[in-house]
Amino acid sequence: MLNTLVFVCSAYALFLFAIAFAAERAAMRGQARWLRSPIVYTLSLSIYCTAWTFYGAVGSAVRSGFEYLTIYLGPSLVLIGWWWILRKLVRIGRSQRITSVADLISSRYGKSNLLAVGVTILAVVGTTPYIALQLQSVTLSFEVFGVGDIATGEEQGHTALWVAAGLALFTVIFGTRNLDANERHNGVVMAIAVEAVVKLAALLAVGVFVVWGLSGGVSEALAKIDASSLGQWQIDGGRWVGLMMLSAAAFLCLPRIFQVLVVENENETHLRTASWAFPLYLGLMSLFVVPIAVIGLEMLPEGSNPDLFVLTVPLSQGRDGLAVLSFLGGFSSATSMVIVAAIALSTMVSNHVVMPLWLRYAGGGAKVSGDVRGVVLLARRLSIIGVVMLGYLYYRLSGGGAALASIGLVSFAGLAQILPAMLGGIFWRGASRLGALVGLTLGFGCWGYTLFLPSFGAGVFLPEAWVTAGPFGIGWLRPHALFGIDAIDPLLHAVFWSLALNTGGFVLASLASFPGPLERLQGAQFVNVFEHSAAPRSWTGRVAQAEDLMIMAQRILGARDAQRLFEREARRQGMTDTLPAPTPSFLETLERELAGSVGAATAHAMVGQIVGGMSVSVEDLMAVADETAQLMEYSARLEAQSQELARTAAQLREANAKLTRLSVQKDAFLSQISHELRTPMTSIRAFSEILRDTTGLAPEDQHKYSSIIHDEAIRLTRLLDDLLDLSVLENGQVNLNLREGLLSDVLDRAVAAAAADEHGARLRISRDPAAEQVWLNTDLDRLSQVFINLVANARKYCDATRPALEIRVHSSDRLVIDFVDNGTGISLEAQDVIFEKFSRVSDQKAGGAGLGLAICRQIVTRLGGEISYLKGQGGAAFRVVLPADIAMAAE
Amino acid sequence: MTEAGPPRRGKPPVFLERQSYRRRRVIDAARVLPFIGMLLWVIPLLWREDGEVAVRSSSAILYLFGVWILLVAGAAVLSAKLAAQARDGTAEVEARGEGAP
Repeated sequence: MLNTLVFVCSAYALFLFAIAFAAERAAMRGQARWLRSPIVYTLSLSIYCTAWTFYGAVGSAVRSGFEYLTIYLGPSLVLIGWWWILRKLVRIGRSQRITSVADLISSRYGKSNLLAVGVTILAVVGTTPYIALQLQSVTLSFEVFGVGDIATGEEQGHTALWVAAGLALFTVIFGTRNLDANERHNGVVMAIAVEAVVKLAALLAVGVFVVWGLSGGVSEALAKIDASSLGQWQIDGGRWVGLMMLSAAAFLCLPRIFQVLVVENENETHLRTASWAFPLYLGLMSLFVVPIAVIGLEMLPEGSNPDLFVLTVPLSQGRDGLAVLSFLGGFSSATSMVIVAAIALSTMVSNHVVMPLWLRYAGGGAKVSGDVRGVVLLARRLSIIGVVMLGYLYYRLSGGGAALASIGLVSFAGLAQILPAMLGGIFWRGASRLGALVGLTLGFGCWGYTLFLPSFGAGVFLPEAWVTAGPFGIGWLRPHALFGIDAIDPLLHAVFWSLALNTGGFVLASLASFPGPLERLQGAQFVNVFEHSAAPRSWTGRVAQAEDLMIMAQRILGARDAQRLFEREARRQGMTDTLPAPTPSFLETLERELAGSVGAATAHAMVGQIVGGMSVSVEDLMAVADETAQLMEYSARLEAQSQELARTAAQLREANAKLTRLSVQKDAFLSQISHELRTPMTSIRAFSEILRDTTGLAPEDQHKYSSIIHDEAIRLTRLLDDLLDLSVLENGQVNLNLREGLLSDVLDRAVAAAAADEHGARLRISRDPAAEQVWLNTDLDRLSQVFINLVANARKYCDATRPALEIRVHSSDRLVIDFVDNGTGISLEAQDVIFEKFSRVSDQKAGGAGLGLAICRQIVTRLGGEISYLKGQGGAAFRVVLPADIAMAAE
Repeated sequence: MTEAGPPRRGKPPVFLERQSYRRRRVIDAARVLPFIGMLLWVIPLLWREDGEVAVRSSSAILYLFGVWILLVAGAAVLSAKLAAQARDGTAEVEARGEGAP
């Protein structure tokens, strides 16, 4: 019997190889359409039904009645409600070219590899026991035939090892034929669909045999059920609802389901068919479970393993053929699960763990020559073998004791931890990378502590004292009674606390953190996937080299596909016979293509290495994150305001300083003016008293004294004239006496007048007669008064040993006359105030009352021009600017 | 809220033509169906579990699988309607998108 079984098994395996091979061949010849029908898609989803459900459902029904149904009800509801979640998930998976659950999470949260690694670890930890479970069930079913009760551990090990090796081989051959996930695993999917039919047929056959063959019809079978120990409806309400939710959550998060549901999805409309066909499949799978359990309990001896009733009931009736079919059904359930799980996990491990490490340490950057495809494929093959062997090791080490169903639920609860980050990611734009990280860590930790580690039994990983009394005697931290709540089923307890902490941490950390630009971009792309058909534009292509990209793409996609892609893109850009320009949209397409092979994060990193840094265009950011734009605008406004305030403050300070200087000057002037007035007054009084009181003065003395009085009176008069003049000018009461004349004549007069009271060193004056031939139509007397003042100032204050004054004239649109001497000039602090009244540069050279320049400014202003001090001319320099309508070019 | 074609500008009409109205209601039905299923499948929690009047397992099987068949049938009908709509006027159906009024 055992030999027959081995033969049947091998034949079946060969059959599967043939199917897969034929499917691959058909796909290569382009006849894949019938391979990818909605029915095949639906059947491939059936990897949800593993050996756990094939064998374990009956065992579960014997132990806890109808509870086994919850495992099917949850996913049925998810499929029936496909419009809510699955539709979006599949669309996102297709538009973003997602390769795995880890890739989805990483891609959503800013292509973070850290998250991808975290989810990968979670998936490996959660799936390994599950693979062990499949190996165990195959081994157990082998034992039922042939070896029966003389089974030894050694033989068990051999069976499991052979099965594991065979599965690894199959998966390596058909799971890594091609790299790009977009090309999909036609052979694997086809084989799985066939296996789905086999397991359904097997279970239905056993069910039909039990109901019609052994019970004698439907009504008799129902009567038997009512009469059995399962006859009354008894259910733990919490577990009924809780397990339904848990299985629904796990259905979305299990890596293998995600693989067939999203990654292998060929056409979104297939989901529509699956929405009713898959619940139907699940219903059929679970329909005969209770009858089989009841008949098994009735017919088989006390103490038989209820997990194997599906096999042992036909065997006990001598129906070997049916038993072999049933065995094949269980074998199919186990193998299809292991194959797809190994593909899904190996994709994650190679894309998110091996490739980033290889790129960093061995590859020397994405640009080195050599074929990365080989590395990726090798990484993936090794990962497959690693994953399967890990399952085998787990099976050997755990001894394969625990009831099948409990391992399955532990695994479900672990993988359900991905749910908050996944749903949050596709429905909530505010979900952030930190939130996902915190949520996953909390949930994973809580699950490990309350469910996974205790599942090995007290004392294996967790000390026994911890389980009974809590760690370090802290009672409210007991793994099965967190916070002292112990009146609850341990599984529900773990699911509740882990998901509660997970979701809580996820939401709080998301609320508190601020996502990066790429993260927000991806968030918008995911949440609004039905509005954006375009992917995020995240590359600036100007610096990228098309050749480098071509080399890299060839190494990952293969030379033929890469060339085809580049040709297509070049054509789309309107070019022929050349490489496409690395525009952002081309880079984006390329990155998406690469992501199908190596995962989003790695593809992003590889393109990033060549393009030399990524950036997000301002338009995208504005469009995606309005609030960013508003914030930026607001802060820019604030900055402008504060700059304006700073400017105003500086102006005010300046004005204040000027006022202070003016006040000082006014005081100085008052004392000066009183001194100036007092000195001539004193001498006038003294000499007039001498003239009045002294008799017999010599006529020459008399003349001399009266001359002094006269001079002093003139000085007083001049001072008062100046003051009067200024006051008149300032009040705008002056009448201009407009006349025509040559500028050179005005200057001649000014120089001559200034030289009239010449004494001391002679001032050399250089002029440019040609430029001075400008006709003026203005008040020539007032203008000459200005010039006289400027020339006299130079004469008085120029401190050079050989004083010289240069008068330059430029006439362009305005007439500019500069007076530049060669002295030390005017000190910086004095420059501001020289045009003010009473301003005097230095006391010791006090020749006037400091009104000259103030008068000049008033006059020039009245004439419509301006006068200013020119800085940086070597000496003191004044510029008089007159408007053009005053100057008329010489005719 | 469109996934095909440019977003509609201006004020959308208050009343839709009869056909698009029907389309939207079909999608509403597809959204509601899982909740109906959940409701029907948690009803057994209200059943009596002890004594002579406890619900028999045969009734439970009939009820649970009956609901299952109804849901599958409902989903199949809706799926067929959605498929027919997708063939007729893709844009209109798709315009429903996510959460449109």
